[in-house]
Amino acid sequence: MADHDITLTVDDTEESLTVESRTLLVHALRDQLGYTAPNVGCESGKCGACTVSLDGDAVKSCTILAVEADGSEVRTAGALADEAGGELHPIQAAFHEEHGLQCGYCTPGMLMTTEELLDGNPDPSREAIRRALKGNVCRCTGYGNIVDAVETAAERVDASDRPDSATGDD
Amino acid sequence: MFPAEFDYERADSVAEAVDRLAAHAEAGTEAELLAGGHGLVPAMKAGERAPDAVVDLDTEELVGVTERDDALAVGALTTYADLADSALVRERAPALADAAGAVGDVQIRNRGTLGGNLVEAHPAADPPAAVLAADATLVLVGPDGEREVPAADFFVGERETVVEPAEILTEVRVATGGEATEAGTNDAGYVRRTHPATGYALVGVAAVLDRDGETVTDARVAATAAVERPVRLPAVEAALTGGPVDADAREAAAAAAADGLDDGRFRSDPSASGEFRRQLLATCVERALAAAGE
Repeated sequence: MADHDITLTVDDTEESLTVESRTLLVHALRDQLGYTAPNVGCESGKCGACTVSLDGDAVKSCTILAVEADGSEVRTAGALADEAGGELHPIQAAFHEEHGLQCGYCTPGMLMTTEELLDGNPDPSREAIRRALKGNVCRCTGYGNIVDAVETAAERVDASDRPDSATGDD
Repeated sequence: MFPAEFDYERADSVAEAVDRLAAHAEAGTEAELLAGGHGLVPAMKAGERAPDAVVDLDTEELVGVTERDDALAVGALTTYADLADSALVRERAPALADAAGAVGDVQIRNRGTLGGNLVEAHPAADPPAAVLAADATLVLVGPDGEREVPAADFFVGERETVVEPAEILTEVRVATGGEATEAGTNDAGYVRRTHPATGYALVGVAAVLDRDGETVTDARVAATAAVERPVRLPAVEAALTGGPVDADAREAAAAAAADGLDDGRFRSDPSASGEFRRQLLATCVERALAAAGE
């Protein structure tokens, strides 16, 4: 049925595209625009592999219509290394060093939820980390190393280094 | 897992959304209102719903919490995250803050809305228990204007509410009881037993207690996920009124938890039998009272 012309800012790049009413944000990002960091996992809003930041909030991009997001700012895990000048972002480096991934499919979503957590709570307890990552499912690690990775990331991420994603809550 | 095709219409105001919904009702086409989309979009992806049109209500006029007279006015498009994080809600309607914070996960709370949750009327949703225990008033706007519905009359069955096809839930007013709070304390809590896989409540109970000193002057207790719709528990409320909320009172209230609820009404599924939910209801009542009475 009806097509819609929309604009998105994805990882600081202005994008214009035409989507169907039923196109989901994750498919617009991956299939139409080539931003393949968010993965499609469960397709039912449970696993969190498709997590991106939408206007500053971590959301599941498989549960949002692309047309709903018209005019919004999207940030994917692909932005992290770009911002760190091609090096791994401190959150990514912590996941690497702590073996916070095996197959890696869930990792882009884990990274984006972790970034939101650390924005609001720079020194989270292990319990707070587990609570924050409730919506991100990992079938490999058993989560222990992921919690270690977030703790390590928290020690390294300096609030002043982060983009001003705290402005997205209004 | 793609939704069937539909027409997408954006409405920038409540009035425009009502007009659009009314036009669809008139034309005999099925339209769904999109709020946060975390009930509707998964249902459309699963093929459980296939409306001809989706009307996306996108307006700041329904976002946020304001203090008005002796009530908190919560805009229907306020997200769970904003409710759970609101100092005002935490202070004046703590059971609602607890229930909003119990929903789903971070990503869902960032997107899903109170109004969407109440109109979806999922039988195991958390906020309806808190809204019932808060004795909230729900404001509906439709083609014939505005009407106010007490929370106790809003839910009529599983996934069924009194909302008409061209009506929109715009606001949830939670009385914060100026006089009651001045005379004593207004304490509340929400406690649930969580399904380990789905994260939904197997049973959830919200309790709001008005007290003068140690004595309960008014108790409002409501359960979600126990039976087909969220319900107040009048026998529990009666057992509490006029006394302190000590261990004996909590036990007596828990013993009355299922009074008036026929065994056959308890939800039963492979995760939890009706009999188990009946037991959980008593346990959750006792724990919610402990949380509220502290």
